[in-house]
Amino acid sequence: MDLQTTIYLVVGATFALYIGIAMWARAGTTSEFYVAGGGVPPVLNGMATAADWMSAASFISMAGLISNMGYGGGLFLMGWTGGYVLLAMLLAPYLRKFGKFTVPQFIGDRYYSKSASTVAVLCLLVASLTYIIGQMTGVGVAFSRFLGVSSEVGIYVGMGIVFLYAVFGGMKGITYTQVAQYIVLILAYTIPAIFISFQLTGNPIPQLGLGSSIVGQDVSLLSKLDQVVTELGFGKYTTSTAGSTLNMFVYTFSLMIGTAGLPHVIMRFFTVPTVAAARSSAGWALVFIAILYTTAPAVAAMAKTNLIRTITPGVIMSNADVYGKDSAIEYETRPDWMKRWEKTGLLKFQDKNGDGRIQYYNDKSKSEDFKKKAEEAGWKGNELEVNADIIVLANPEIALLPNWVIALVAAGGLAAALSTAAGLLMAISAAISHDLVKGVFAPDISEKGELLTGKIAMACSILVAGYLGLNPPGFAAGTVALAFGIAASSLFPAIMMGIFSKKMNREGAMAGMLSGLFVTLFYVFAHKGLFFIKGTDYLDLIGGANSFFGITPEAFGGVGAMVNFIVAFLVDKVTKEPPEHIQHLVESVRTPRGAKAVDGAH
Amino acid sequence: MDKSGKAYWQATLGLLTKILIIWFLVSFGAGILFAPMLNNFHLGGYPLGFWFAHQGAMYVFIALIFYYKKKMGDIDRQFDVHEE
Repeated sequence: MDLQTTIYLVVGATFALYIGIAMWARAGTTSEFYVAGGGVPPVLNGMATAADWMSAASFISMAGLISNMGYGGGLFLMGWTGGYVLLAMLLAPYLRKFGKFTVPQFIGDRYYSKSASTVAVLCLLVASLTYIIGQMTGVGVAFSRFLGVSSEVGIYVGMGIVFLYAVFGGMKGITYTQVAQYIVLILAYTIPAIFISFQLTGNPIPQLGLGSSIVGQDVSLLSKLDQVVTELGFGKYTTSTAGSTLNMFVYTFSLMIGTAGLPHVIMRFFTVPTVAAARSSAGWALVFIAILYTTAPAVAAMAKTNLIRTITPGVIMSNADVYGKDSAIEYETRPDWMKRWEKTGLLKFQDKNGDGRIQYYNDKSKSEDFKKKAEEAGWKGNELEVNADIIVLANPEIALLPNWVIALVAAGGLAAALSTAAGLLMAISAAISHDLVKGVFAPDISEKGELLTGKIAMACSILVAGYLGLNPPGFAAGTVALAFGIAASSLFPAIMMGIFSKKMNREGAMAGMLSGLFVTLFYVFAHKGLFFIKGTDYLDLIGGANSFFGITPEAFGGVGAMVNFIVAFLVDKVTKEPPEHIQHLVESVRTPRGAKAVDGAH
Repeated sequence: MDKSGKAYWQATLGLLTKILIIWFLVSFGAGILFAPMLNNFHLGGYPLGFWFAHQGAMYVFIALIFYYKKKMGDIDRQFDVHEE
């Protein structure tokens, strides 16, 4: 069977499975639509949370970025897992005890103010929409390869499918579907990694393979990679940081607290039966996430190795000279996977020195020594552009794995993108229909009207995200990192202080959320354009790129969160303390006894 | 808050502090600040600082959450505030 047919078959079969499950578990009531009636056991909930969590950014984009960044890419790994420790200890059990089903509801009740809840809706919408833009970029990449079309057409197709999918199910449908999606995506991620690890190192466990020697050689994979990428003018793989150490520190911090502040993840902990289950759900979620996250660095390093091995075969497996005349392969003899990806426009070759061979190296290297060597070798610039977002999807093709593995990875990438997009759309639709329309504008709206409003909100979000996804502010994982920064700087501090400080009042919380959100967006938009629209950036105004101590916009959420905490603290000091009954509410949230199932009533 | 309520919350905060210190040390400490120094040591083919950033920190995170879950359950029962 040829590759394309196999891909259609595997992707089609997994889709049929998800739709089947969604129909079987179809939601009847509003409460079921949003939180699955609170009856999902911790292990399953952990698995669904993992699928919800691991998006196109984790599955498709992250390893590709790590592959380019090397050691510095570890900030994604630590940031996106470390946040679960915070979530498990600081938020999940208390929010579960609180017993409402959206984040703005918590903010509104705890800070005894509809305005506070509206501010939370605003923060939630900005964070979730940015997140979906990143998803759409990823969906576009996956569909473009899968259907053999350009990435723009891929995004249009993806928009349609995400919409049908999210509108159909509701949370209960989504929870069980996500369990199935987790299984598909984790198999799709680990199976090729196992094959590749075995091919390169003889050790089938990728986590160990990455620390092993290359087959038939006495040198470890990582030191070989270090040596070769340095020879090609890139930074040393195991030590190159993401910008400065300070930037890596703040970036990691931002992703961690953003993880704990993202509404679609927090929402998951409302769906467990008890407070104790909320604690262990976070642990199980992290176990299932870590299976992918500890494999990702192996995928990253091995994909880089295999890419270089494809282009300059002798350099990795024997000790051929990188700069040798015949080291690089001729363009005409390039493998089929390159031809397939050229069609999507995400892989490009341009023969700059006219020798008919592919030179792949870092032509922006600042090393004089390297520049001299490149010139002597007759290189006239890097000739191969590989979009970082294709690395994972192309990985099994690069390693020449069997067709069914390639098809499985395509299905896995789509599962990852769809499950997260659906979860985010749920959070958006709940925020708009439940917290904004029902909570503020039309309290006596019927249950049917509420569901309809939610679905319209979903449709609008998909259109906006799809439009912006066509001109994304960065790679999928980078865009998603922006969303985390926004959640980190606005929602996390307000929720945390709502639990850990009895005296934090509504004025403090609202001022904190707004100022955190504002400074973060101001800095991000300066780099990426107002509302991510190309050409509206205003870097001059803030004094050039990364002008705040060299911190990148993706990392700025950590700074925004600090601003949030400080402003909230100061405003709280000069305004009235919260009423007695709110302080009692906080006390009761802190102890597990008496937790009831969520009912959604105000 | 009554006396036992206060003591319960103190015990909880004590546990959280302990866990957060380890959480900070493995990620921001070993994975970032001390990584260049730790890279002088190796774990198989892994430089140690690199290993913490790309592998080790995540394993510790998982252990921390389950440790927290267990200890928190003990504290709940000790102060008799656990769920029935």
